[in-house]
Amino acid sequence: MRIPREHRLGWLLCAPAVLAMAAVTAYPVLAAVRLSLYRYDLRFPDARRFVGLHNYLTVLTSAVWWKAVAATLVITLTSVSAELVLGMALALVMHRALVGRRTVRTAVLVPYAVVTVVAALAWRFAFNPTTGFVQGLGILDRPWLSVSWSAFTIIILTEIWKTTPFMALLLLAGLALVPGDALRAARVDGASRAQRFFRVTLPLMKPAILVALLFRTVDALRIFDTVFVQTRGALGTQPVSLVGYDTLLVSLNLGLGSAVSVLIFVLVTGAAVAIVRGMGGALPEASFR
Amino acid sequence: MLDPAGRRSPFPAWAGVACAVLLAACSGGAASGPPALHWYVFNEQSGSFAAAAKRCSAESGGAYRVDMVPLPTAADQQRSQLVRRLAAHDPAIDLVGMDVIWVPEFAAAGWILPWKGDDARRALRDRLPSAAATARFRGRVWAAPLTANTQLLWYRSDRVTRPPATWDQMIRMAEALGDSGTIQVQGARYEGLTVFFTSLLASAGGRILAPGDTSVALPTGPTERALGVMERLARSPAADPALSTSREDQGRLAFEAGRSSFMVNYTYVWPSARADAPEVARHMAWAPWPSVIPGRPSRVTVGGIDLGVGAFTRHPRLAFQAALCLASVKSQRTAVTRGGLPPTDSLLYDDPDVRAVFPFADLLRATLRTAVQRARTPLYTDVSLAVMDVLHPLVDIDSVADVPRLRTAVRRALRSEGLR
Repeated sequence: MRIPREHRLGWLLCAPAVLAMAAVTAYPVLAAVRLSLYRYDLRFPDARRFVGLHNYLTVLTSAVWWKAVAATLVITLTSVSAELVLGMALALVMHRALVGRRTVRTAVLVPYAVVTVVAALAWRFAFNPTTGFVQGLGILDRPWLSVSWSAFTIIILTEIWKTTPFMALLLLAGLALVPGDALRAARVDGASRAQRFFRVTLPLMKPAILVALLFRTVDALRIFDTVFVQTRGALGTQPVSLVGYDTLLVSLNLGLGSAVSVLIFVLVTGAAVAIVRGMGGALPEASFR
Repeated sequence: MLDPAGRRSPFPAWAGVACAVLLAACSGGAASGPPALHWYVFNEQSGSFAAAAKRCSAESGGAYRVDMVPLPTAADQQRSQLVRRLAAHDPAIDLVGMDVIWVPEFAAAGWILPWKGDDARRALRDRLPSAAATARFRGRVWAAPLTANTQLLWYRSDRVTRPPATWDQMIRMAEALGDSGTIQVQGARYEGLTVFFTSLLASAGGRILAPGDTSVALPTGPTERALGVMERLARSPAADPALSTSREDQGRLAFEAGRSSFMVNYTYVWPSARADAPEVARHMAWAPWPSVIPGRPSRVTVGGIDLGVGAFTRHPRLAFQAALCLASVKSQRTAVTRGGLPPTDSLLYDDPDVRAVFPFADLLRATLRTAVQRARTPLYTDVSLAVMDVLHPLVDIDSVADVPRLRTAVRRALRSEGLR
């Protein structure tokens, strides 16, 4: 008798949050799914009609979409893996810092506090062939945002610079969970510095790494502002979110644009599930209770 | 709003008072003075549009008041702000300053009102034919042309004695000049690239859409020639290293820095160079936009601003009246003398004040007389995106293989199912 009542109380306490989420998340998602089944272009309101899965067919047979998927994956994979390595290094520095711990943590966090658009503009100006300071650095003097590979490089560097602190912060929280006793015991048993890191620290940090990877991957798959500011999608750097933006807000094609949005949603959810599945086996039971 | 104990909560009381105060403030403001007409137009820096709004309000004798609402500087952002509100039937948009390429789109969607009878005649009176054509769509008049715009060739008279007549000649001249020979064109992936292609294609005797603007034209011969010029220029040492990101303003700045000898650009570069780089301006000369085919004059794309009346305005009659005043010769004179915006009224080009601002007034008028329209379709944005998608970056153009690619992309765009 006690448990059902507690359950009911639990549901009641959750209800406002659930209702709010339904209103601001579930409704728009469902509305987008519905719109994606219509031919609906704001410029031709009279031509609105139900077309089934035709919009999805159009998107999935379009070279533009697949190029955008490739660009998004390139940016996501390179930036997130670089961020993981650099973030771990920064987390270790922050964890071990004996003097000026606060100063170190604040300094590391500065890029994360910068607005993304401002960061993207700063990097764009730095690499401008006429006015950027990078041109004074000898071999770096070239039109960076004019060639595909270097444009990708700038976008990825901006992303790494901007979000490594976030990664470091999440990993720092994980490092704090590693019990000192375990490390000392390993040391007594004769484990080297590298062995202690890879055999003790990393496995114990897995939940934190999972969370960090999950957040960053989901975030990176939705990359928009950096590319919008730096290349506007030119030179093959167009990510999927920019395809959605252009179809919805420039072409005003709500049906087709909603199909793109739904496909992005599927892509992001798929990535999240894959990460949880991939790393889930190594998780301690408690973290998923 | 009863709480469990049955007492009235105090919230609605003060909220009601606040609402009442706000409503009183709003209706009070509207009741006093003439009805306000909101004119959405790009933020003209010299203030000539604001001056025209003020003058027209005064001249209306209390019939209306024009409030200028500035839009962003970038044309694509202006459009996306406007279309979102027009698609939602916003009655606050009384007057719209439209880039000429939006007219078919806005007209077909029912976002602007057609002009009739005497108003339509007055809107187009004495206008340059190319400017008047921007205001027409499917046999009706949809706007009053306010300003026009087109490109000329700008070159350094201290480095070359005679301006080049064709693109081939210009590229050869620039290559012979070496480091200082750079040619400035618009090669970034944006509307300017489509404009560049449209001008080259028209000069080669072709067009993107067939007459009627509902199907693809892009005839093989002229299209290959136009693409050939782009290909040759992009691979020449005379191209700017940052060609694939250069827009009008990057070209202007590079020319003012003195490292370029040729530039195709709008007339605003002239007052700008005189103010910012007098050394360069002293040797800056103008000539007709280069031809693609020797002996055949070029045809350059027309641009500018057309004034339309929002379809959901509460004061349509007053709005047409105000639009006529805002686009009148008087307003155009302010726009050209203060802001350097080329007029659409052909007689103004003989005005001494205008000729003082534009010493090249005759060349500009002649260029505008033969100027070419961009595709006149409600799907222009999609068509333009398709064109720039295939052509960017210019250095990768293959003038033969890209013709069918271009046709396919434009055809998809016309079915409005092209993802860009």
